[in-house]
Amino acid sequence: MTLMQGSAVRSFVVARIASGLVSILFISFLVFLGTALLPGDAATAMLGQEATPELVESLRQALGLDQPLLIRYLDWLWDALHGDFGVSLSNGQPAMAMLLPRLENSLILAFSAAVIVLPLAISIGLFAAIKKGRPFDTMSGLVSALFLSMPSFMIGYVLIYVFAVEFRLFPAVSSVRASTSLTGWVWALTLPVLTLVLVAQSHVLKVTRAAVLGVMGSDYILMAETKGIPRIRIILLHALPNALSSIVSICMITMAHLIVDVVVIEAVFSYPGMGKLMVDAVAYRDIPVVQACGVLFSAIFVVLNMLADLLGVLVNPRQRLPRRGA
Amino acid sequence: MLSRIAVIGSLCLLSAMVLAALLAPVLAPVPPNEMVYPAYAAPGPGGVLGADGLGRDMLSRVLHGMRYTLIITFAATTLAGAIGVSLAIASGLLKGWFDILVGRAFDILMSIPHIILALIVLAILGVSMTTLVFTMAVLQSSTYYRVTRPIAGDLSAMDYVEVARLRGERLGWNLFREIFPNMVPSLLAQYGLGLSSATLFISSLSFLGIGIQPPAADLGGLVRENALALSAGRFTPLVPAACIALFCLSVNGIADWLVSHFSERPES
Repeated sequence: MTLMQGSAVRSFVVARIASGLVSILFISFLVFLGTALLPGDAATAMLGQEATPELVESLRQALGLDQPLLIRYLDWLWDALHGDFGVSLSNGQPAMAMLLPRLENSLILAFSAAVIVLPLAISIGLFAAIKKGRPFDTMSGLVSALFLSMPSFMIGYVLIYVFAVEFRLFPAVSSVRASTSLTGWVWALTLPVLTLVLVAQSHVLKVTRAAVLGVMGSDYILMAETKGIPRIRIILLHALPNALSSIVSICMITMAHLIVDVVVIEAVFSYPGMGKLMVDAVAYRDIPVVQACGVLFSAIFVVLNMLADLLGVLVNPRQRLPRRGA
Repeated sequence: MLSRIAVIGSLCLLSAMVLAALLAPVLAPVPPNEMVYPAYAAPGPGGVLGADGLGRDMLSRVLHGMRYTLIITFAATTLAGAIGVSLAIASGLLKGWFDILVGRAFDILMSIPHIILALIVLAILGVSMTTLVFTMAVLQSSTYYRVTRPIAGDLSAMDYVEVARLRGERLGWNLFREIFPNMVPSLLAQYGLGLSSATLFISSLSFLGIGIQPPAADLGGLVRENALALSAGRFTPLVPAACIALFCLSVNGIADWLVSHFSERPES
């Protein structure tokens, strides 16, 4: 029995990791095709319009551009795996060196938002499940649906209008650099973090509420109810442990989405993160920087989603077992 | 009762916005790209919503912006539905390697963040109305595939489809006469949700400057253009943003109603 259980988990883990890797490989190939499909290649760009065809051809050979597409992809992938995405077309710096400090800023932003939104939205969702059908449940559902209909930049600008323009409490532009003090960071991050919290909360709230209510339909809960155990005790001690795997998954999925949501929020607050770097690079068609940012964003997103699935299974003992009769 | 009011309200709002978008050239008091007022003219005699930084009438620009947003939204969502649904039905009927291949491709597509993928593709192909619509359509088609594929699998195992197959009818006939009509309710609800996410998506892209290019602007682009006015205490950038939110709210309201309406109906 234990052997079967172990091998079932192992094959699930292996399959899930493999599918995550396939996704990352796919995005890397797509990103690589970007350079391959662009009109003109590095050789013509380096030599200019005046170069003779023979000269261009010899440089192409020297650069390996005459190799088949697949070979060039593998070369590119090998370099990329070593953190070498080439140099930025706009300032000649290595794309990776431009990106790393920006990535750090983006992670700080997304992580601060996650630390606030997860406990907050999970407890509101839990409370809504306890008070199902009561005013609190209806109100929290309505408010969170309202935020879901708003574009994220609108939430950001409403916050700017209220807190930066009307009350002058926080800055409208969140400029930070390495030398910024801790209080400076908090001051600059408050509005963007608050925006991200409002963007992310509705999904977390909805899933928590649905997960708890889903468990509430089971027989053992009915049993507990007929025994006369108060509803709040049933939810916290009987339903919550079994809803845990959905909640752990949603935490990871929320982090994954927060990492991507920063792209728009950074543009609203001119925050120097990786999202802003990527958007600027797209506008200037600075392909190496776009490639590096694109691969990194996607990889983080894919890995966090993978963790969501893996942790969800590991937390729920029932999912660890092979399905009966299947 | 409350939900009925919400649906009727949503329908009114939606039709008003679609009408405003369709009739934008007639309704707009001045051409959207013409500089007719002093820069940042306050709301009042110089247009109901005032003017932007270049003295263009905000009301006219919002009406035309809505037109751009809705055209792209409807085009991309319809195309996405067509791609997703036809591939799902074909997979359900053909099964085998075609089914596996398409299924895997959509799995990959769904596992990658859409806005990042769109940024990469648009950086490579360049931004135009066509690339925008196609990129959005392909990205969104995965949801229609995911919704339709199980239904198509169930339905293609039904007796009446088998009978049609035995009658020697071709694949295309099977698709459109036997299978497709049975999926309309759930697809319609999905279409509604797709409209709202497509609107948010194109607005985000335009807001980032990767959507409709100036001097034309859709609702997201208008927010971008006028963001500076906000720091001066003007609310104008919030008007196009509010239009996006209202459109999504009304479309979501109708889609929610469709979902509950069709799921409540007893199966015959």
